[in-house]
Amino acid sequence: MKRRTVLIAAAALGVTGCATTAETPSADRATPKSGGRLRAIFAGGGTNETLDPHLSNLFVDAARAKALYDKLADSGSDLAAVPRLATGWEPNATLDVWTVRLRPASFHDGRPVTAEDVLYSYRRITDPKRAFRAKASLEPIDLAASRAVDPGTVEFKLKRPYAEFPNVLAAFGAYIVPKDTETFTAPVGSGPFRFVSFKPGSSLLVKRNPDYWEGAPHLDELEILIANEESARVSALLGGQADYAHELNPATARANEGRGKVEVIRLRNSAMQGFVMKTDKAPFDDKRVRQAFFLIADRKELIDGALSGAGEVGNDLFGKGAQYYPSELPQRAQDLAKARALLKEAGQEGLKVTLDTSPVAAGFVEAAGIFKEQAAKAGVTVEVRVGNKDTYWKDILDGGVFASYRSGALPIESHLSQRLLSNSTTNATHWKHPDFDELYLQAQSTRDPAARSALFQRMQRRLYDEGGFLIWGFADWIVATAPTVRGVAKDAPANTLDWARFDRTWLA
Amino acid sequence: MIRSWLARRLLLGVAQSAAVLVLIFVLTEALPGDAAVALAGDSPDPERIALIRQAMQLDRPPAERFLGWLGELLHGDLGRSLVTGRTVSGYLADGLGVTLLLAALTLSLLVPLSLWLGMLAARREGSGLDRLISSTTLAVYAAPEFALGVLLSTVLALRLGWLPPTAVGGVAVDPAVLVLPVLVLLARPVCSISRLVRAGMLEALARPYVAQARRYGVPEWRVRWLHALPNALAPAAQQLARTCDWLLCGVVVVEALFVLPGLGSVLLDAVAARDVPVVQGLAVVFALLTVLLNLGADLVARRFSPRTELTR
Repeated sequence: MKRRTVLIAAAALGVTGCATTAETPSADRATPKSGGRLRAIFAGGGTNETLDPHLSNLFVDAARAKALYDKLADSGSDLAAVPRLATGWEPNATLDVWTVRLRPASFHDGRPVTAEDVLYSYRRITDPKRAFRAKASLEPIDLAASRAVDPGTVEFKLKRPYAEFPNVLAAFGAYIVPKDTETFTAPVGSGPFRFVSFKPGSSLLVKRNPDYWEGAPHLDELEILIANEESARVSALLGGQADYAHELNPATARANEGRGKVEVIRLRNSAMQGFVMKTDKAPFDDKRVRQAFFLIADRKELIDGALSGAGEVGNDLFGKGAQYYPSELPQRAQDLAKARALLKEAGQEGLKVTLDTSPVAAGFVEAAGIFKEQAAKAGVTVEVRVGNKDTYWKDILDGGVFASYRSGALPIESHLSQRLLSNSTTNATHWKHPDFDELYLQAQSTRDPAARSALFQRMQRRLYDEGGFLIWGFADWIVATAPTVRGVAKDAPANTLDWARFDRTWLA
Repeated sequence: MIRSWLARRLLLGVAQSAAVLVLIFVLTEALPGDAAVALAGDSPDPERIALIRQAMQLDRPPAERFLGWLGELLHGDLGRSLVTGRTVSGYLADGLGVTLLLAALTLSLLVPLSLWLGMLAARREGSGLDRLISSTTLAVYAAPEFALGVLLSTVLALRLGWLPPTAVGGVAVDPAVLVLPVLVLLARPVCSISRLVRAGMLEALARPYVAQARRYGVPEWRVRWLHALPNALAPAAQQLARTCDWLLCGVVVVEALFVLPGLGSVLLDAVAARDVPVVQGLAVVFALLTVLLNLGADLVARRFSPRTELTR
């Protein structure tokens, strides 16, 4: 039902736009203006929403948590960690003890943010009896041995050397709450906005925190509204009921772009799109088959067909545009003759595989259909199997051999550690190689950034040659604003620091 | 006699509701995955899923969980959401307000409007007006809600700017947000009920007792309103009860399209999250409502047209 609605809405909106005159909203150069309420509309989690920032799971959770709370660090637009509540971090010689200094900041009730609050928050997230999402990210910290040196300094003891430790401080959901907080009905954070009211599944209202450490926001108030249906988000924006709409369909974006009623902002490199091949199961346990599949994909066709053109081609590596991405590697292109030759060499002529997919993410089912056609040209029969969207990620983690996959932006190091080590928790390609694990550990014990970068590049070259991720594209994340909204970052992938950052936006 | 009939119907209703509850539980259990898997989403760390499962007590056998829930239900407690720990009755209360408001508004317009249209068409049977009403109602009835909703919102809200396009921001702020959803909700039942009223009226007016009444010189308006109409109402009342079910048990499409967080949205979210207690709580309410409304409709039908009961 969802898809049909979207298509009809897009068609209908295309018709309405004709009457308006084209007028490009002026650039964001003007001096910020103070005041007003910005209404931002997101897809939400329905009546199950809570304001516990450690339970953040969806984009809207992250946007709300960002308004109310701070993390010690956050990911910049190149996914490298940027200090936030921390002013800086200093490792010891062996990279397994990190001293993090806090900036002077206070919670909304006036209490200062101290090392104790940080330790409490991290202990809460990693509580063995609970299942917070950031728990896996904070796993390297030995919290029992970590301590508050003084109110403004935390000393983190790690279980092993970890050169990229600041990524942990920036992990999704690693927000700092005041010590001993357990209820979040009237949340108290140190973020740029203070809590006013909350109705799960429909609206959160917050107001300016005049004492914010980075300077008070321009807006008086921010309201985060929920509409799960894309057509409703667009209607609300066009009808003046919202000023910022998150997550738009490429077709809707095209229909409204340049018509002056809304400004469409494409956040590049926000979502990696690809297929996973189980590297330990036939036929993909033969690297020649994986290489043949890399060569079957016509990436441009996949982007045009499955993402309506809103994206860039991928090169079978995660993290385009991020720190440590080997951009000098040649762009892979379709080569059916070579793919056939590789399959023949592997004794897999007339290969048949089942491709698992599901309407769990935009473009999945379409991409599967397109790849099926491309594979047929190389003599491979792909049978597309559409699975249940509520359990999809669990189903493909260990089931099947070939499946649709996507991921939001993450530091490359996190992608490697969460998905590609023998003990990774979500290793969907079953890529388990002790020498690869060894390289990762070596990188994390390397102090020199250039040497570390070289090690990361080596790991990625290996994945490019024979890994299990066929990454064909990077989708734009599309947001749209009313022409009066200024100061929205245009280069921040979803979930990074400057994305959904309403303390820097203003209403002209 | 009516009392024993009522008792039988009520008993049947309770049995029906109980059957629905068991069926819903079995069906939700049969869905692939559970709340832990749904909650883990795109980070299906097996250890984490196991922890969530344990915390939600999903590791207990299904029969035990169902009986536990049933025990609480008998004490008037609908239980708590697996996902948030909030009470299921709280979920219902949140959704019910919006749903009731929509249903009440729709019904208050639906009944007079469809009676009037049906009577009008029946009075001028075969005329241009009758044909116009018949063809329009048929055409509108054939339009799916979401198409109609998008069309109305595009034309009336975005193009002409007469109405707000969605109910974002809340009903309290601007009651005009209700106009479009109510229009969409009205569209189909008005068509079906007015057509039933028309057909029933024509049938009744052709009956000998109406001719007899006319021969006695009973004024035409009395013939229509007091003699013919009650006979035409029985099928319409039953259709109306079905419409009430439909309105109350969540009109998912309209709620999603216009961002009205009613019971339909609560149900949709609960099923997606495999939040069994919430799904079950909604099932209780829906089952009871359906039984009561149909009982009411049958009572009305018996009252207005006892003969239809006999011929069954």
